[in-house]
Amino acid sequence: MLSLENIINGIHTWLNNTFDPTLALTCEFVLLGITAIAIFAVLGLVLVLMERKVAAIMQIRKGPNRVGPFGMFQTVADTLKLIMKEGLTPDGADKVLFNLAPFIVMIAAMLLLAPIPFAKGVQMWDINIGVLFISAVSSISVIGILMAGWASNNKYSLLGAMRSGAQIVSYELSAGLSVITIVILTGSLQLSEIVNAQQNGWWIFKGHIPVLISFVTFIIAVTAETNRAPFDLAEAESELTAGFHTEYSGMKFALFFLAEYINIFIACAIGATLFLGGWMPFHIGNWEGFNAIMDYIPSSIWFVGKTFFLIFLMMWFRWTFPRLRVDQLLNLEWKYLLPISMLNLLVVTVMAIMGWYF
Amino acid sequence: MITQYLFYFLTFTAIFCALLVVFSKNPIYSALYLIVTFFATAGHYFLLNAQFLGAVHVIVYAGAIMVLFIYVIMMLNLNKEVEPHKSNIIKIAATVCGGILGLVLIAALRETELGEITEYSNNGIGLIEKLGNVLFGAYMVPFEISTVLFLSAMVGAVFLSKKNIH
Amino acid sequence: MSLNRRSINYCIIFALYLNTMQSTASDYLPIAITFMVALGFVVLVMVVSHLVGPKNISKTKLEPFECGIEPQGNARVPFSIKYFLVAILFVLFDVEVIFMYPWAVNFKGLALKGLLEMFSFIGVFLIGFYYILKKGALTWED
Repeated sequence: MLSLENIINGIHTWLNNTFDPTLALTCEFVLLGITAIAIFAVLGLVLVLMERKVAAIMQIRKGPNRVGPFGMFQTVADTLKLIMKEGLTPDGADKVLFNLAPFIVMIAAMLLLAPIPFAKGVQMWDINIGVLFISAVSSISVIGILMAGWASNNKYSLLGAMRSGAQIVSYELSAGLSVITIVILTGSLQLSEIVNAQQNGWWIFKGHIPVLISFVTFIIAVTAETNRAPFDLAEAESELTAGFHTEYSGMKFALFFLAEYINIFIACAIGATLFLGGWMPFHIGNWEGFNAIMDYIPSSIWFVGKTFFLIFLMMWFRWTFPRLRVDQLLNLEWKYLLPISMLNLLVVTVMAIMGWYF
Repeated sequence: MITQYLFYFLTFTAIFCALLVVFSKNPIYSALYLIVTFFATAGHYFLLNAQFLGAVHVIVYAGAIMVLFIYVIMMLNLNKEVEPHKSNIIKIAATVCGGILGLVLIAALRETELGEITEYSNNGIGLIEKLGNVLFGAYMVPFEISTVLFLSAMVGAVFLSKKNIH
Repeated sequence: MSLNRRSINYCIIFALYLNTMQSTASDYLPIAITFMVALGFVVLVMVVSHLVGPKNISKTKLEPFECGIEPQGNARVPFSIKYFLVAILFVLFDVEVIFMYPWAVNFKGLALKGLLEMFSFIGVFLIGFYYILKKGALTWED
């Protein structure tokens, strides 16, 4: 059976057989770099196209349909256009910080891809504190956003950055608490171990209602953390032009845009890994035949499928719920989600001690 | 070999950026240099195989506290490059106070007795499992007392912000 | 004499520190590569865009965007203290969340004692939370 792990092992053996170990290692790292860039680029293009197509389907229109079959190359054309644009730094802006901000946001987004298990045995970096690493790196992007807003010398940017910062930090709390429920059940922060713990069932099925609650909390929190509708008031077009990236143009804007979509992917990939079993196939109890068929589907397909299902869910939210006000947004987090997830955590603890999960 | 270079690089970055925090005129830049200093310190934790502490250092200091700092700086509108004029007496008093504090620190460091150092070898003492066992075992009382600190901080924050509104 | 011994001790600690690092640095190679790739990607894109893009700069173009009217006053205005309150509460609750990680990893070994510790920890936070709510610190409009 052709799986991602076999391909990688094949490349590894072939390189080691053909060249001496040092050269083979160098080749592997170069390949890793190329793959990483390819993943970023393809993800950005696919997600932007998917967003537009999903929006079109929800609104019963066609969406992009001119460039290539079904408008598939629309985002490629858009990227080319953005590269050809002039990158302005407005008067009165802090030149250094203004140009540094997209770097920080983009690099933070890219670093988050490293610890994610894409398929069985395919993980760039299996650190023992994977979950914490992700929350550490994602907390850096807040600083990039605040920097962009402050450096732009624009009132909309500053307001947008402030709202964005308050929103991201607030929702990080309940996201963190819902991650801890899974850490309690698994007993490890390592993402590969969290996936392995779900071999006999995904946590969302094994953990009953408490895990379901933390899953819903997590999805709401990451939707808010990625500044997506209905929580997109930080870049609400009708009141703040474009929020913290109002003054950005050309490729600098494109980097913020790409980072946003990579962050969506990361958030959904983490959600899929923690709650939906990552690359683990779907199994039902003792149905041997059914399980065998499910096993036949490659693990990478499972991972991508789950992640894209969650991404679709987030896009669905966008066209279903109207935008919140800033007071409603903070009330939702501080008065509902935070106490609920704290109490939920206690319930999960009791459940884990009593062994009330499958 | 490379770890030694990494060590020197991180140390140099930490000290250099810490100096820049003090010397840069613009408070926003000071805050950002402070972030770099925190990152270099977190790098030291990582090199010591204490990944949990390193990650927590980044989350709490570079993520949470620096956001607070930047908010405060922006809120006070300290964006002008010129520093407000301070009288000479205040400057002298500040120098004397800082000098005395430095003296106390140096004196304390001189008198420090170093304990057993054989335990510092690579036994994974910084790993999260061991840390949890120590924190919730031997250091249970300080941990519980820290909640009082949090409570007082909450009360203080609420008190300050409410006072400003009315 | 005592100073001498102390300085030797410092040397030993330093040597052990370097020794400890030896074993772990290679573990961070993948993340270092990812960082380099990310940095390279961003720099490349910026440079290409800078080379390819036009450069027609004019005074009005570089003005801050303010919906077509002339920019009024300083853009970096002071703003509501509510944001500050949200930030400081975030710091406190974030530390709470951080304290939960070491407990969550080995709460099975800590058993009932750890559970009671964490219940009282969260309990104190919930009391503080109740205080915040009662004081109306989180009501945005007033």
